[in-house]
Amino acid sequence: MSESVESLVNRDYKWGFVTDIETDQIPAGLDEDVVRLISAKKGEPPFLLEWRLRAYRGWLKMTEPHWPNVTYPPIDYQRMVYYAAPRTKAPLGSLDEVDPKIREAYDKLGIPLTEQKILSGVAVDAVFDSVSVGTTYRRQLGEMGIIFCSFSEAVREYPDLIERYLGSVVPASDNFFAALNSAVFSDGSFVYVPKGVRCPMDLSTYFRINAQNTGQFERTLIVADEGSYVSYLEGCTAPKRDENQLHAAVVELVAMAGATIKYSTVQNWYAGDEDGKGGIYNFVTKRGKCAGAGAKISWTQVETGSAITWKYPSVILQGDNSIGEFYSVAVTNARQQADTGTKMIHIGRNTKSTVVSKGISAGRGQNSYRGQVKVMPRADGARNYTQCDSMLIGNRCGAHTFPYIDVQNRTAAVEHEASTSKIGEDQIFYLKQRGLNTENAISMIVNGFCKEVFRELPMEFAVEAQKLLGISLEGSVG
Amino acid sequence: MAPLLEISDLRANVGDKPILKGIDLVVNRGEVHAIMGPNGSGKSTLVQVISGHPAYAITGGTIRFDGIDIGEMPPEERAQAGIFLAFQYPVEIPGLTNAYFLRAAYNEVRKARGLEEMDPIDFIDLLEEKLKLVEWGPEIMRRAVNAGFSGGEKKRNEILQMAVLEPKLALLDETDSGLDIDALRIVANGVNALKRPDNAYVVVTHYQRLLDHIIPDIVHVLADGQLIKTGGKELALELEARGYEWLTGTPERV
Repeated sequence: MSESVESLVNRDYKWGFVTDIETDQIPAGLDEDVVRLISAKKGEPPFLLEWRLRAYRGWLKMTEPHWPNVTYPPIDYQRMVYYAAPRTKAPLGSLDEVDPKIREAYDKLGIPLTEQKILSGVAVDAVFDSVSVGTTYRRQLGEMGIIFCSFSEAVREYPDLIERYLGSVVPASDNFFAALNSAVFSDGSFVYVPKGVRCPMDLSTYFRINAQNTGQFERTLIVADEGSYVSYLEGCTAPKRDENQLHAAVVELVAMAGATIKYSTVQNWYAGDEDGKGGIYNFVTKRGKCAGAGAKISWTQVETGSAITWKYPSVILQGDNSIGEFYSVAVTNARQQADTGTKMIHIGRNTKSTVVSKGISAGRGQNSYRGQVKVMPRADGARNYTQCDSMLIGNRCGAHTFPYIDVQNRTAAVEHEASTSKIGEDQIFYLKQRGLNTENAISMIVNGFCKEVFRELPMEFAVEAQKLLGISLEGSVG
Repeated sequence: MAPLLEISDLRANVGDKPILKGIDLVVNRGEVHAIMGPNGSGKSTLVQVISGHPAYAITGGTIRFDGIDIGEMPPEERAQAGIFLAFQYPVEIPGLTNAYFLRAAYNEVRKARGLEEMDPIDFIDLLEEKLKLVEWGPEIMRRAVNAGFSGGEKKRNEILQMAVLEPKLALLDETDSGLDIDALRIVANGVNALKRPDNAYVVVTHYQRLLDHIIPDIVHVLADGQLIKTGGKELALELEARGYEWLTGTPERV
């Protein structure tokens, strides 16, 4: 590999702007009073405050996990701010009342919130720092009985649904970051699709961290009742800042018998600069449960941002004949680190899971796939296929694979395939010899590598993901 | 008009090791040149250096293409200017379809010639014509570039790319190696069909076999980084009969 391929990297993170806005922010630090304060600010019912406090007390007894293949300085949880919200004068009556500065921020991100310019065919819930600032297309969805609103609103309007499903897939005691989230989560999105309804448009949440020294702890809960279908998209960006910021979200999906949930993420949090200064710590717990027979949950993720990514979108295959899928592209460039993968837990009979993971490492990036496939004793005829490919660009990056396979049923079939390849000078020269410049050549090679994942994304998202990949790797070979 | 390709006293290294040691070569439009020589003589290096491979450093001499010194020109610009290298070992690019790749390359060349990009529909029509040349059906276009192709299919794919890009100068690097008789015929027919008075070929080969199908106007023998003999097509036959030792004075390294 020549020196040119080694040379790094001047990435342009065009989403790195800061919106100057008055925020309602509580002092840094965490104790029971902070948990009570957050709950009070949101006017929550007693069951939820109790749930938060139990989570907080549990969290105090837990220790931060250090088994992922990532390194970072200790996080001081008392220096962080656990609640920041844009100051609004009164509750919003309509989207047109969203603060013009926030609206402008979303415009810059390509997510218009004004009713006239709303993205066609996609309903958006916009989360700015700790709170949801607006949700589009609500009325149209409401007519079909589909609930799509901010989590806080769901707590007020549909407390029964929240009480029933909150923590039903990711219990508050699940892990350190999930416990922290459960104690202090501020907002997020809630979706409920009634029996037999096919949601006619993609639902989408766009997360934006703006305030400084703030952790973002949002929670997404999606419930798809029997025979329903929903496709959900998640996008994220944050300003360029020199200090690291923690994002510890929890996503829970519940698919009843015959229901399908397709969950797609394009994660583009600020990754830090080329020396590893700043960037988001993305420590997220995502899990879905196929609760009934024939349910299907499909995760697709394109992870290009964050200084550190630690997440394993998983599926519990409880219902017989249920299906779990995980398609992932994870890019690490400069000093980024990613430890990501999935867990497929086969409980029901004839359950099937597919895992396709594509890791791309450039610069000094470190990319680990960590996946667990577990087949429980009752899961007759369970099938898993895992394909795990790594691509290296340059000589200073790393790719690692940690598969865990635990099969407790003799009729199960589990396949694991893995490959590692390196973008070679020869591949690049071949394309250049056909008239393509270096950037295009790399983009074609990398997009070809990721194709199986990109084709799982909704159309507009796939285009976005391809562009993002180009930007993420810009300058990594030159 | 300047010759299409004019190489003077060209010297090139890999690292510190000299491979080309003073090459002089003039190729005019309408000509087919064959470059023959023993293994390791620098034949592949010569065509790679002409097309700008970054593994080689030019240490002396000049390469002029269409009258312009291209020694410093990046490979993609040489390609856009009309230099095409049919690789000895075409690389595989999984997931990138032939159709997408070919159209992107074609449009780069068009842009460089001041033409508008061609839309996908028109491009399909163009492809249909070109596919006939290599006796392929359209299904090949949905396959990834060279991925899982046999040796012969890879070489045919090189000729297809050449047919689409219509270069002024095509460099064929051991295009006959690894080909069975049928594939050899298809490849040679493709090349012959693309011959025009305003383009030229430089065919690198170790054996006479390919030259039965692609008739050269001029044959050069390259040994130890220098062109040691130039003649007509009968030179190739003589080499076939007498071996390279006759010219180089040393037994061939294999």
